[in-house]
Amino acid sequence: MTEVTVTIRNRQGMHTRPAAELVKTAARFRSDFTICKDGMEINGKSIIGVMMLAAEQGSQLTLRFNGEDEEEAKKAVVELFERGFGEPS
Amino acid sequence: MSTVTNTEIILNGIPASPGIAVGPAYVYSKHVPKVQQREIAPHDVQSEIERLRAAVARSEKELRKILAFTEEKIGRTSALIFEAQIMILNDAVLMQEIERRIRDELRNAEFIVFDEFGKYSRRMLGSADAYIQERAHDVDDVMHRIIRNIQDQKLFSKLEGESIIVSEYLTPADTVIFSRNQILGYATDLGGLTSHAALLSRSLNIPAVLGIRTATKFITTGDRLAIDGYAGAVIVHPTDETLDRLMQKAKRLKEFDKKLEGIAGLPAETLDHRRIELSANLEFETELDFALRQGSQGIGLYRTEGLLMGRTTFPSEEEQAAEYMRIAEVMFPHPVMFRTFDIGGDKFSPEPLNEENPFLGWRGIRVSLDKPEMFLDQLRAILRASARKNVRVFFPMVSKVSEVRRAKEFVERAKADLTARGVPFDPKIPVGVMIEVPAAAVIAEEIAREVDFLSIGTNDLIQYMLAVDRGNNLVAPLYQEFNPAVIRTIKSIIDAGHKHGKWVGMCGEMAGNPVATMLLVGLGLDEFSVAPNILPEIKKIIRSIKYKDAKKLAERVLSLSTEYEIKNYLASVLKATLPDIPLADLETSTAP
Repeated sequence: MTEVTVTIRNRQGMHTRPAAELVKTAARFRSDFTICKDGMEINGKSIIGVMMLAAEQGSQLTLRFNGEDEEEAKKAVVELFERGFGEPS
Repeated sequence: MSTVTNTEIILNGIPASPGIAVGPAYVYSKHVPKVQQREIAPHDVQSEIERLRAAVARSEKELRKILAFTEEKIGRTSALIFEAQIMILNDAVLMQEIERRIRDELRNAEFIVFDEFGKYSRRMLGSADAYIQERAHDVDDVMHRIIRNIQDQKLFSKLEGESIIVSEYLTPADTVIFSRNQILGYATDLGGLTSHAALLSRSLNIPAVLGIRTATKFITTGDRLAIDGYAGAVIVHPTDETLDRLMQKAKRLKEFDKKLEGIAGLPAETLDHRRIELSANLEFETELDFALRQGSQGIGLYRTEGLLMGRTTFPSEEEQAAEYMRIAEVMFPHPVMFRTFDIGGDKFSPEPLNEENPFLGWRGIRVSLDKPEMFLDQLRAILRASARKNVRVFFPMVSKVSEVRRAKEFVERAKADLTARGVPFDPKIPVGVMIEVPAAAVIAEEIAREVDFLSIGTNDLIQYMLAVDRGNNLVAPLYQEFNPAVIRTIKSIIDAGHKHGKWVGMCGEMAGNPVATMLLVGLGLDEFSVAPNILPEIKKIIRSIKYKDAKKLAERVLSLSTEYEIKNYLASVLKATLPDIPLADLETSTAP
């Protein structure tokens, strides 16, 4: 299991488009992917779950990966957050 | 009974999309499909799951059709709503969980769908973020679609031929689906939540009147209806005479609309150069584009309670500031007038109230003054949007001077908080009062001394002055904008403001009534705030008259003693000035 904390950089936060991109990226890997925010835990491969998180700009999320390709999954997902999903910050 | 059902009834609402149509009603009851919990036998699990999968597939097919149609007819941005819904349908995690629960709990598919989706939508509805709340409606829409498909119910089986859709509310998907049928118009009880529907119906060019409150109560499927999307009226069982007038009006309006093209960029100025501030009434950020296209040079009434729709807690200062700042930014350099929450009455209320007479109850400034934290959050948020000096703030339901003074103290406290935090704002933000309680009209001079401007809210002012509830059909005809008592009160409010060097505006429906425009200009009104769809027409009138003549006309009106005389006089002068103008007010009103 590997864990990392990220910050939402894009101004509009985790709205539908970034949520879809996140879920699509996570789905490419076999590892389980969990997102935690303010004590709420959701499956990072579920768009409805990610939408429910309502993560706005500046909020911190803990990402947890568990499985054979967890390192690769983490790398791909963290990269999305680092470039703010390609949206203005 | 037959005499009752055949009487012409006029229902008023928000004119959401222009146009006139006549046809039979189709009452679309938006009742959530009934979901019952059933136990299933272990050997039925597989077929139950098949039912679910088939329903999901059918739902996706439906949504793809709606999406394609929306993209083609309306545009990418509107289509995004449906893309999000398809993504939810394709959520493998969610669907696996639903199938797992059907297997493990041995309960029917629609119940598990209902229960599982409900977990998410409830949480989203409780969010402080308006965007997430909107998404909750998407989640509910998807859920209802799947359940309906599991139950194999056809949605519009009864809809044959052309009809006017009457519903409690319409979701964006409803609006789009119906538009593929032969839809003549939309009439709904609720207007707020369906602002997407309002935007879509305008894009689709289908007349719509929203927020009628009692449409589904008074109208049954098959009733003959006329819908007037210009005036915001739905006429049930229209007489031949009414139909005749409406048809002529439709024809004239089309011609008149052509003449209005190009007026958006011109100032609202009389022939003898009196400049009027002509702005739009708004409730939702999504309406901004339309208001700007219509040539609005400001927002004269931003109903902040739009932010409260569908939620159980007040939005934070942050959340409000974000919305107010966006609006002020889009409108810059034009002014935006934020009215603080007007809750209570028939509007959103934060707590369950058991008021016998809410219109005379706890609403507007009364609520704000009783809830200092909420009030300060809102004032700080509005102030934060004022840094570029194009923001004004005003208070609803004021009835005495001490309320104005207390509200101003709150504004000062909010300013001090922001100063301490080093947040920029306009230290001279104009502060005003909405004059809508007769008591405030009587003491308008004292109020004018305290503030920077007055804005006359005619809807409530008239209803309170004349003791008439417009929603009550027994007395609705007694609601008279041109009652001499009303006109004289408006005059005295304007004079009171001017006496103290303060400008006076109007944000009630009367400001958007073409028959009233010349009179109001003549009475010296400085600012008109109207529904965006009527804005070009009002501007056209202002640009066609002289202030000098309007003043004379106002004098004459003040000498008349019945509403009938006043209205006829005003209409005849307007007709002479602009022969081709459509006179909505006269045409939908009943006998004197």
